Amino acid sequence: MKEKEITGREFKPLDHVMVPRHEIIDEAEINKILAEYEIVKEQMPKIRVSDPVALEIKARVGDVVRIIRKSQTADKAVFYRLVIA
Amino acid sequence: MSLDQKTIEETISDLPLPQRVINNLMTELKTTKVTKKQLDDIITRTLAVYDYSRIEAGEAAGVVSAQSIGEPGTQMTMRTFHYAGVAEINVTLGLPRLIEIVDARKNPSTPMLTIFLEKDYAFDRDKARELAWKIEATNISVLGSMSTDIVEMKVIVELNRKAVAQRNMTAKEIAKKINEELAVFVEVSGDNLIMKPEKPSYRELLQLVKNVQSIILKGIKGIKRVVIRKEESGEYVLYTEGSVLKEVLAIEGVDPTRTRTNNINEIFDVMGIEAARASLIHEATETLREQGLTVDVRHIMLVADIMTVDGDVKPIGRHGISGEKASVLARAAFEVTVSHLLDSGLSGDIDELRGVTENVIVGQPIRLGTGNVKLIAKKQA
Repeated sequence: MKEKEITGREFKPLDHVMVPRHEIIDEAEINKILAEYEIVKEQMPKIRVSDPVALEIKARVGDVVRIIRKSQTADKAVFYRLVIA
Repeated sequence: MSLDQKTIEETISDLPLPQRVINNLMTELKTTKVTKKQLDDIITRTLAVYDYSRIEAGEAAGVVSAQSIGEPGTQMTMRTFHYAGVAEINVTLGLPRLIEIVDARKNPSTPMLTIFLEKDYAFDRDKARELAWKIEATNISVLGSMSTDIVEMKVIVELNRKAVAQRNMTAKEIAKKINEELAVFVEVSGDNLIMKPEKPSYRELLQLVKNVQSIILKGIKGIKRVVIRKEESGEYVLYTEGSVLKEVLAIEGVDPTRTRTNNINEIFDVMGIEAARASLIHEATETLREQGLTVDVRHIMLVADIMTVDGDVKPIGRHGISGEKASVLARAAFEVTVSHLLDSGLSGDIDELRGVTENVIVGQPIRLGTGNVKLIAKKQA
């Protein structure tokens, strides 16, 4: 088939209303969170390194991403995900 | 002496409470004058009530959610099709839709896009219509009628001038497009397009007709229909039958911040796991709401969370959550009993008996409620 014409507009997932804010956090913060929940890194919820948002914020495997969701029940909810391959 | 607004805000904003509770406290305290002692009292009591309202550790949250979604589910219609929101577009609703959502089907039975438009387009009917034509997949059959001339071995397309003009196309353009796709020479004479197959055989002729019909002359493949609707806000929104989110988002005039699809896997591919979670919650709530059922969103959130913890959208059920349980007995109790027992027998799996199902099977108290507490005797020294 013929190649699709692309209008040259790039879609940024983070701009979408359904995508909450994602940010990579540093080692010190990770340790604080792990201590707070009494868990090890591997027990955290995961996000794929190939996830469109992970790509956008340039996360690497082993990073921890803080996600600040708009919650229907609490207005704001903070969530963490470990970046996996 | 009452405290000033700033000190109140500072004390409250760092409390270990959800944002909403803090916001409510703030608004309330804006209109009331309180002293330091009163504020401390309010805070202690709020914290106590919040703590009391939280779920107990070890509570069977999953079972409560399952029941809370399951019971209203029994009242849902078994009928698949309904016309919701947009009159002309068919959408799967009710129980079949809910099953589709928790099964995380790759292709839902009625994929649909809700396309919001950018400011310049959203309030202009003509511009919205123009975009709709740009998105809707157009093939030759809507632009004119096709006939074959067996004597001269040619295919004739009589274009409907109005339909062609409406879609902002010309006969020449169509001819060029067909030529590009099929590499056949297209003769344009007035409103007619004339094509001849490579070899003058009847079979080739019929094949050519088929090929021409399958070409998408304009629009996006996979979007069968586009319906324009004016919302209460006065803004025009496009609804489509069929869903190709990625390509639609790239079109000028489409608002890439609000446009959405009802295909959760597509959302996951385009916008990631967090959007997929949000979409799961939205779709499930909407399906239940449309049936007149109200389920607390927390239950649905729990389901969405468990489906998305591992970074992929996993279905509930044998191939997803239930099939990944650590316990052999729990898996065997769910579905395909023999193969689970056989496989784990072969590999010598160990069941730790930590879950509910396996403890019921072996006749032990489950580790919930009273069963969750263990007594440890301290030996007298």
